[in-house]
Amino acid sequence: MSDINAGGWRPSMGEAGDAKFTTFSGDYGLMLEEALSFELGSADKCGVDLDPADRAPVAGLNKFLRKAAPGLPGLTEPETVRHYTRLSRQNYAIDLGPFPLGSCTMKHNPRLNEKMARLPGFADVHPMQPQKTIEGALEVIEQLADWLITLTGMASVAMSPKAGAHGELCGLLCIRAALDARGEKRDVVLVPESAHGTNPATAAFAGFKVESIPATPEGRVDVAALKAKLGPNVAGVMITNPNTCGLFEPEMKEIGDAVHAAGGYVYCDGANFNAIVGKVRPGDLGVDAMHINLHKTFSTPHGGGGPGAGPVVLSEALAPFAPLPFVTRGADGAIHLVEEENASEGHAQAFGRMVAFHGQMGMFTRALTYILSHGADGLRQVAEDAVLNANYVLRSCEDLLPAPFADSGPCMHEALFSDAGLAEGFSTLDIAKGLIDEGFHPMTVYFPLVVKGAMLVEPTETESKAGLDRFIGSLRSLAQRAKAGDQSLHSAPHFAPRRRLDETLAARKPVLVWKGEPGIPGTPSLSEIGGS
Amino acid sequence: MRYLPLTPADRIAMLAKIGADTVDDLFIDVPEAARLAGPIEGLPAHASEMAVERHMSALAAKNVSAGSAPFFLGAGAYRHHVPASVDHLIQRGEFLTAYTPYQPEIAQGTLQVLFEFQTQVARLFGTDIANASMYDGSTACWEAILMAARVTRKGRSVLSGGLHPHYGEVVRTMAKFTQDDIVSLPPKMVAEADDAAVIAAIDDKTSCVVVQYPDVMGRIPDLAAIAEAAHAKGALLVAVVTEPVALGLIEAPGVLGADIVVGEGQSIGVGLQFGGPYLGLFGCREKFVRQMPGRLCGETVDVEGKRGFVLTLSTREQHIRREKATSNICTNSGLCALAFSIHLTLLGGEGLARLAGTNHARAQATFERLTRIPGVSLMNDAYFNEATLILPRDAREVVRELAERKVLGGVSLGRLFPQGEGLRNGLLVAATETTTDEDIEAFALELEAVLEGASA
Repeated sequence: MSDINAGGWRPSMGEAGDAKFTTFSGDYGLMLEEALSFELGSADKCGVDLDPADRAPVAGLNKFLRKAAPGLPGLTEPETVRHYTRLSRQNYAIDLGPFPLGSCTMKHNPRLNEKMARLPGFADVHPMQPQKTIEGALEVIEQLADWLITLTGMASVAMSPKAGAHGELCGLLCIRAALDARGEKRDVVLVPESAHGTNPATAAFAGFKVESIPATPEGRVDVAALKAKLGPNVAGVMITNPNTCGLFEPEMKEIGDAVHAAGGYVYCDGANFNAIVGKVRPGDLGVDAMHINLHKTFSTPHGGGGPGAGPVVLSEALAPFAPLPFVTRGADGAIHLVEEENASEGHAQAFGRMVAFHGQMGMFTRALTYILSHGADGLRQVAEDAVLNANYVLRSCEDLLPAPFADSGPCMHEALFSDAGLAEGFSTLDIAKGLIDEGFHPMTVYFPLVVKGAMLVEPTETESKAGLDRFIGSLRSLAQRAKAGDQSLHSAPHFAPRRRLDETLAARKPVLVWKGEPGIPGTPSLSEIGGS
Repeated sequence: MRYLPLTPADRIAMLAKIGADTVDDLFIDVPEAARLAGPIEGLPAHASEMAVERHMSALAAKNVSAGSAPFFLGAGAYRHHVPASVDHLIQRGEFLTAYTPYQPEIAQGTLQVLFEFQTQVARLFGTDIANASMYDGSTACWEAILMAARVTRKGRSVLSGGLHPHYGEVVRTMAKFTQDDIVSLPPKMVAEADDAAVIAAIDDKTSCVVVQYPDVMGRIPDLAAIAEAAHAKGALLVAVVTEPVALGLIEAPGVLGADIVVGEGQSIGVGLQFGGPYLGLFGCREKFVRQMPGRLCGETVDVEGKRGFVLTLSTREQHIRREKATSNICTNSGLCALAFSIHLTLLGGEGLARLAGTNHARAQATFERLTRIPGVSLMNDAYFNEATLILPRDAREVVRELAERKVLGGVSLGRLFPQGEGLRNGLLVAATETTTDEDIEAFALELEAVLEGASA
């Protein structure tokens, strides 16, 4: 039994109910507690009917055999379905309400995408089948690639990166390879201080030194400071546009021209592409590489933290260096898969390989389904409605919550507020946890770092006006309570499956795996409750 | 447009509240030259659900799915039966459409699943701890090498010749940019894994040896002997498991002395999916925890004393440490981890052992039948559900000819190792519980016909 939970699973009454008693089960109506699968299961249970093997292992295997089956308890199917269904009810999700996390683009996940990804012709295909048996799969990759290239106005796209940060890495390695091909050693990457944490982490991961660029008081990249840093040691810059303050960088083209003139490349973090899809092509702004989070702009599900998908669109200058494998349409119109086996025939400068197979195919089918459903007109409407919704939130709350850059003009697809002006001792955390009690997921908090107590709200285009009005009402109510010094906010949430959790304890004495005994802890024995 | 809830009247009312005349007034920061006047030309307009379904179904129909033909491919991706309840449960909207659990009070479902997942992976691998997953096996492998360098403060890694060549390529690609020293041992088509060569390559500068178990040709390396040799020189053993079902039958790498165990979790619950999304597994010794990459879920209590779970030790991670983070990884493979965890919960340890036994038995039946074909022999002494057949001619052509005869007959070593000398006649063949006697017979008859055609 772990030190920090000596009493095990401990049902107790939250403040949620009005009942003045505790229940025997620890559940309260539809508020259901759930023990760990390790506490529920046992070694002699199995939810899969399997016949024993019909022959003994080959002689050569004998010295490698396990001494005992792995210590993993099993559950039958009904118990398994119930365990995970009960757990699922302790999660907030887009399907339950707005999920306005800034820079995360939590939009509705269309169910057609799920249905298409599960067609056996996509879901039940092996990545190393002979090419003649996977022509449809390569065509999906090629069609999606074509849309991404056209929507961004770029020359090419590397499809294999598995997530946004992996795409950043791909882009920086393309830059590395291009510099190597020029015979230049440049080892500095410039990153604005408002950037996502992945930007500097990726640059370091790719072997670059990171130098920070300050933001202006208007929430934009300090172009003069950036230009002052350019020189023969600068490999490139990483710019997020629209940026993390929710603003478009109007001098993007000028930045790009200056970086190119100094011999560097421009990486654009495409996390916020949802604001401009169909309205602006990054290729028109001098970008050399930009990852596209298919799990943001193109609606593939976040799944509680992944999987993502991060294809990287590339300029003419970087296209030759895209990693293997690579799908390309030849002059004859046929689609070819380029791997190590045949790379010398047309993609000889590839910088290498980033993943075992072709990238996130299951996400490609979903993203292509989404794109075809929306079409060129629908995608443009996506950006317009996303930006409209964010500005509506901005203008509906700015009288109560300071919006540090609201005077600069309209925001893009996310509205940024600060916690300045709340009563003494009240902060962004109180607003965020208060939103949980109001039935909403909080916005992104304390990011970007350039704003005190930042609250970054990204409603996305899939919220209705009525839904936004409810959210705005809750946010205004919370701001008023925090200004009035309502102490109950400090102990929020009151109505969630758990109250505030002790994160310090978790980090100080990490318990990362279960080491307890089977059986539901906290359940009294029959004798204790007067049974026989 | 069925996905966009704003009505024209809503848009007008909202613009009025904002104080803008048109939506384009909200894009005034975009330089005029860069603003597109209308939908991008040459691209189709929106389409109905029925029309999109028709388009996508036509593309899917151009592929030969594994279930529609005798199927024997492995090489790092395996076809296993996934119980119907797994796919049903991962489509619960509360799991499918949730974000990373940064607000733990309303994400206990995802967090408890991750805690259970970490425990399952650690027990399966025989390691003290495991993380909440990585992108896939190949990227987990590279992260393990980086971690070994941080732990040992050395930077030379030895890759066994039995490591999946794509994993090796990922490692060599990344190492090119980080200046890590990678020693890649050559693959050889012999009965035993290259344990002796691996051990001989370890020196005092070596941070780790990377050994796949079972290896890419289906052989089983002696991890205990390699671990002992590595530890004697102050190096770590990184074991790579691309077929975790094998661990129902053969000993867990952690038990045999592996310090870090990484793997591909695809074969439990996830499915083939043409190579992704897959599931990187990552387990290690507890004392290395602060050098680990990726998310970790930990147990704690809330203010009422109830057990709960949170993401923890995030001071290792990019959103806190920025350029000083242990990795740039941000997402994990959460939904695939959920599928893996559900499938493994259905199986339990006994079920996994039985599943592994059946896989091995189906492979035995496959190789017994195929080696009755003249000129075909089995390279391996030991194997789990996959081994290398030696054919009388280049296996790449044989695979293509088999495909024309509607048999998906394995992966040629020539495709895996285009530069590999002496490997061209090697054919990697895998069987699982899904392999029927009819599949085996069809494969045998067509292989025989293809090989006879060559000699004719």
